[in-house]
Amino acid sequence: MLTLISPVEIWAHRVPAGLKLGLLAAATMGLFALKSPLLLALAATATGALYLSGGTGFAVAGLRLVRPLWPFVLIVGLWHLWTADPGGGASILLRMLTAVALANFVTMTTRLSDMITVFQMLARPLGALGLSPRRLAIAMALVIRFIPVMLDRLVQISQAWRARSRRRAGWRVLVPATLAALDDADRAAEALRARGGAG
Amino acid sequence: MERNLTHIALFAALIAVLGLIPRIDLAAGVPITAQSLGIMLCGTVLGARRGALAVLLFLTLVAAGLPLLSGGRGGLGVFAGPSVGFLVGFPVAAFVAGWIMERTTIAPGTAATAASVIGGIGVLYVFGISGMALNLGLSLTEASLLGMAFLPGDALKAVLAGMITQSLARMRPASLLSRT
Repeated sequence: MLTLISPVEIWAHRVPAGLKLGLLAAATMGLFALKSPLLLALAATATGALYLSGGTGFAVAGLRLVRPLWPFVLIVGLWHLWTADPGGGASILLRMLTAVALANFVTMTTRLSDMITVFQMLARPLGALGLSPRRLAIAMALVIRFIPVMLDRLVQISQAWRARSRRRAGWRVLVPATLAALDDADRAAEALRARGGAG
Repeated sequence: MERNLTHIALFAALIAVLGLIPRIDLAAGVPITAQSLGIMLCGTVLGARRGALAVLLFLTLVAAGLPLLSGGRGGLGVFAGPSVGFLVGFPVAAFVAGWIMERTTIAPGTAATAASVIGGIGVLYVFGISGMALNLGLSLTEASLLGMAFLPGDALKAVLAGMITQSLARMRPASLLSRT
């Protein structure tokens, strides 16, 4: 499975994940406190510089990650031109794009395992509610392992349908797929119990 | 205990898988992703608590950097974007849908459709539309108009969630954890 982590190693990869997440939280809160378009433009420029510090290849990959936002940019842009409030529109768009880009920067420069370690640390207070870090780790590993398994099976079920019917399979393949997921869950539970339980 | 854990994990994987297959063509030619169908199924099949936990587990992995949201989106950026309200609403939607399944005694298919409409559309849209209004600086009415673009697809998915839940109930009644 592809991840969003940048294959280009830059300086920010070496900054501890917890520190990056803390800074991101502070920066995002700061962004939402800023009102003037001028200051927001400054923040956006600084974010751009942050990306460029990793080289152009890294910056281009970063741009690709904010591309899915274009419908929102279009809608907000047109709306504020229509209501003749270009300043307000610019503030909203700059804030949105900068906040998303900053968050993406942390994701791009933090390995999945490091991020999960921080999440487990943050989830530690939830231990009192029965969510032990070990259980969380097992659950995450199960999800990551079973996504490709389930994708393969969905393809197999669709092919089996197509071999027997001229009609489109459509949503009907989802019933055996869901049933198989429930069966897998039972089998994985037995396997876990046989290996000493989920703790 | 282990059964709870694996059901939660496997349904989190199911949400991801449903978001990764854009070309399943749920209804002739309409290119909708089935991700919100996964959210609805979590509630209607697993029940309130397990369903909501499955969605939370899925969102945790998205936040950790896996591109599991429909369209290959993921990472922390999606939680800073304008559709964050929908993400916050996902676990609540699954919880409400599951709660309705658990508390009603009408036929599973009908109950699941109703639960998906109330949880997966009603509750989800309250969160999603408020999020868009806040993030895009729109009034609630304007944001609602934007949100209506997703309504036909989601209505279809609620009906599908009902039909799938009904099929599961008929084929293997014990698999419907929300009703046991």
